[in-house]
Amino acid sequence: MTAMARTLAVGVAVIAVGVLVAYARVNPYLYFAGYVILQYVVIATAWNILGGYAGYVNFGTPAFFALGAYTAVCLILTVRAPLPVLIVAGGLVSALLGLGIGYLTLRLRGVFFSIATLALAVVLQTVIINWEFVGGSRGLSVIRPAGPPFGSYVTFLFTVMLALAVVAVITARFIERSWIGRGLAALRDDEDAAECMGVPTLRLKLFATTVSGFLLGVAGAPFPYYVTFVEPNSAFALDYAVNALAMPMIGGTTSWIGPVLGAVLLGSAQQLATVTISSEMNLFIVGVVLVAFVVLAPEGILGLTRRLRRR
Amino acid sequence: MFSWDLLANALVAGVLLGGFYAAVSLGVSLIFGLLDIANIAQPAFVILGSYTAYVLNNAYGVDAILTGILLTPVFFVVGAIVYRVYYGSFERRGDESLRGLVFFFGILFIVEVCLSLKFGVDYRLVQAPYIGKSLDLGGGVGVAYRLLVPCLVGVAMTAVLYLFLGRSFYGRAIMAVSQDGVALRLMGADPIHIKTIAFGIGIAAASLAGALLVTIAPVVPSTDRDYIGRMFAITVLGGMGSILGTLVAAIVLGIVESLMATFFGPSWSLAVSFGILLVVLAVRPAGLFGR
Amino acid sequence: MKQLRPWPMTWIVVAVVVAVTSVGVWSGARAADPIKIGFGMALTGGLSANGKPALLAVQIWKDDINKKGGLLGRPVELVFYDDQTNPATVPGIYTKLLDVDKVDLIISGYGTNLIAPLLPIAMERKLTLMGMFGLANNEKYQYPNYFQIQPAGPDPQISTAIGFFELAAKQNPKPQTVAIVGADAEYPQNALVGARELIKRFGFKSVYDKTYPPSTVDYTPIVRAIKATNPDIVFVASYPPDSVGMLRAAHEVGLQPKIFGGGMVGLMFTTVMTSMGSLLNGVVNYDFWAPEPTLLAVPGVKEFLKEYQARAEKAGVDPLGYYLPPYSYALVQVLGQAVEATKGLDQQKIADYIRATEFNTIVGKVKFGKNGEWAKGRTLMVQYQKISGNSVDQFRGPGKKVVLYPDEFKSGSIIYPYAAALK
Repeated sequence: MTAMARTLAVGVAVIAVGVLVAYARVNPYLYFAGYVILQYVVIATAWNILGGYAGYVNFGTPAFFALGAYTAVCLILTVRAPLPVLIVAGGLVSALLGLGIGYLTLRLRGVFFSIATLALAVVLQTVIINWEFVGGSRGLSVIRPAGPPFGSYVTFLFTVMLALAVVAVITARFIERSWIGRGLAALRDDEDAAECMGVPTLRLKLFATTVSGFLLGVAGAPFPYYVTFVEPNSAFALDYAVNALAMPMIGGTTSWIGPVLGAVLLGSAQQLATVTISSEMNLFIVGVVLVAFVVLAPEGILGLTRRLRRR
Repeated sequence: MFSWDLLANALVAGVLLGGFYAAVSLGVSLIFGLLDIANIAQPAFVILGSYTAYVLNNAYGVDAILTGILLTPVFFVVGAIVYRVYYGSFERRGDESLRGLVFFFGILFIVEVCLSLKFGVDYRLVQAPYIGKSLDLGGGVGVAYRLLVPCLVGVAMTAVLYLFLGRSFYGRAIMAVSQDGVALRLMGADPIHIKTIAFGIGIAAASLAGALLVTIAPVVPSTDRDYIGRMFAITVLGGMGSILGTLVAAIVLGIVESLMATFFGPSWSLAVSFGILLVVLAVRPAGLFGR
Repeated sequence: MKQLRPWPMTWIVVAVVVAVTSVGVWSGARAADPIKIGFGMALTGGLSANGKPALLAVQIWKDDINKKGGLLGRPVELVFYDDQTNPATVPGIYTKLLDVDKVDLIISGYGTNLIAPLLPIAMERKLTLMGMFGLANNEKYQYPNYFQIQPAGPDPQISTAIGFFELAAKQNPKPQTVAIVGADAEYPQNALVGARELIKRFGFKSVYDKTYPPSTVDYTPIVRAIKATNPDIVFVASYPPDSVGMLRAAHEVGLQPKIFGGGMVGLMFTTVMTSMGSLLNGVVNYDFWAPEPTLLAVPGVKEFLKEYQARAEKAGVDPLGYYLPPYSYALVQVLGQAVEATKGLDQQKIADYIRATEFNTIVGKVKFGKNGEWAKGRTLMVQYQKISGNSVDQFRGPGKKVVLYPDEFKSGSIIYPYAAALK
């Protein structure tokens, strides 16, 4: 069995487990918390394709995520499109955004790309705030479709997000192990040297921003149906920007496993904290965890395990 | 609805706002523009400065801006300590960019939460005899002292920093270390020491800007988030490493916001400012005065 | 390249899943005796300045009710989590409350945006939902078992501005031109929609109608542009930092319409009142409660405020509580009275009782009408008068925040025009 086939088999198996969990109708809270954690797996993996593999730090994750969500909102309001259409459309629009912003700034140093993504998030948020059709600053209520599989729509979304996470991870793994990944790693380490060696750096970077954008949009598209009320402040929240950075960093940026680890750990910790400690201390703990990891385990958990195994 | 004195007032208001924005962005210009450290926690130090000014103003009635100026040495030391931690954990190991960023995000949250726990979530304002009063410049143009004083302080800060970097020994050392740290070491100066001083100055500038901020508008601990984008946008727009560029970019942004607010409706002013930044990045990425 | 093995990762994932579910099991397996009321509340984030006092008010009610023996003879327990002013947390929080903590009753968090994602959940599970300050949440769903404690009345969008424009229209000679301005945020936008409708209704002429981003620093250009249109009436819909900014700029620029104010959130916060001092004089603003004789006379409110003010400093909330806290207390009063009257926890019976009854609460008589809003709107219009200096004591009693509207709570007369109050 080739590596690719094996990966696909594992992916399908994971989705099958998810479907079984959905059938089992365990405590509904699990599906709600699980949805958010899986959403972060997609976000962290998407971010890492550009940030970890290529070394270009995206500060404007909320812009891509929210664009996916609002594309879905538009389609829901106009044609009541089914969920798969929403997901693909959200991904494509965000991919286009990624391509655009990449083309605009990727001929420059990495830091300018980061600032441009920051500016992009502000501009996009202002556009949405002033767009009455999608609710503007007042937000918009979205009614979930009737008759969902597994009885509850969020349970269904849980399986959908699991499938999306599997797709994201398989994509990241594929990129990492292919010549694209090697090219990205080369340009991450020394862009000029890579250019000199014939690596098509601009095209690779554009590929990375587009794929990253696509996956972020895909993560955002089911959001309106999950939360049933979309408004710009929470769609563009700083949390997405910080978590997208922190989760891959905590897990380790060099491999597809890192963002998954980071998303599961930090995401679960945040979900737990929301329903236990539940106060300003949540944010304090996030801050302390970030600082601690970054000072003590700069290469993330993967780096730690690698170091331990080397001994 | 156009009139000449409306235009004049809008331009003056824009310049005043720009002076304040310059004060807020100076620290980033120094730390990010010259030292290449993406200190995303800079707004947290601004808001920390706001709260210290508020506390002293509330307790002893001391003018907020005066407090800000008097406390700059304290914040200089705080900045120096933060840099040493940053250097020890990251710069030395050579993998700054992402880790440093996450580190500073962590600091941002920790500072915000500590302020929330101590001061609660109510809006805080300061008192000063000149808040609420206006100066008539003649010709139908008036300026509020509440904005004039912070602008003047902001311009003064820019001038002082510019002269410091251009004329003094340490200033030139900072410029040198931003250009070529190895060469500096070969010439006998210790780049770590220089960078510590630079970072300290940047944080001190942030705290003074915070005192200006709380004079202009009420603050809560999360007010800092509004400024993350503005600070970095102004620094990049002005050109990395150019103090004068920061002032010019700040004033440009202030005037754009002001004109939008006066004649077209303010809802798009933020988008226009950041849109200008995107255009400049595409066309002339070095910024207005960049090296 | 080293082969990274997925198995350690799998074990970590399993461990985490076990941890999350065990939290659920652990916190669910508690004694079944108390009656549990569950809710999310904005303890951090943009609305926490109102969320935290609301929580304190609910906690005071719980202590009061437990002193009297609880509900149905059982003690009342509150289970709440911080929703961080983020609607995305609401589905997860309420699912945990209902399915893990197994609460008996729910109430909403504070604010339109936090109630919105909760309504579908309440509808799906056929629960009675008491809403804490949300504008027009039920207009789309028309769920019969939803009740809102904000006294907006049957037409929520005009509720903020109706008193303001009615007062303006009553003046002689009647003012003609109106400038409206507001922040690009939920509540101000709703208030502006209402204002536009009322301008048409009362036959005023709109000369300025713009919005601004909430992170605006300097409001001087906006105020100058408004002044240039020479309006008789200026209606502002703003959140606290912009309310302060607009008012200060108005003084600096010398904007003196005949009537100024409207929907400026935050002016009634104690820290703002004490800082702004006499700058507030003359402003006619919406409000929900004021320490005026007409409102202090309602039984129970004085005792509540005494208890609230005693606990406020430690809780880190507004020290006087003259805005929302009495309503938050009233919300749980209504719920508690309904539970006692129906002698049980049947959601439908409780909802039917609430719909049919006029309640006596510490904010007066409360009767619900269409879509769960109040049958008759009662958003107050107050005017700040004769404030001098910055001491907080002047705000403790009547006289500084005079109620002008509606008539049943009126406690003084308007000082008109606006400039007359500035002297």
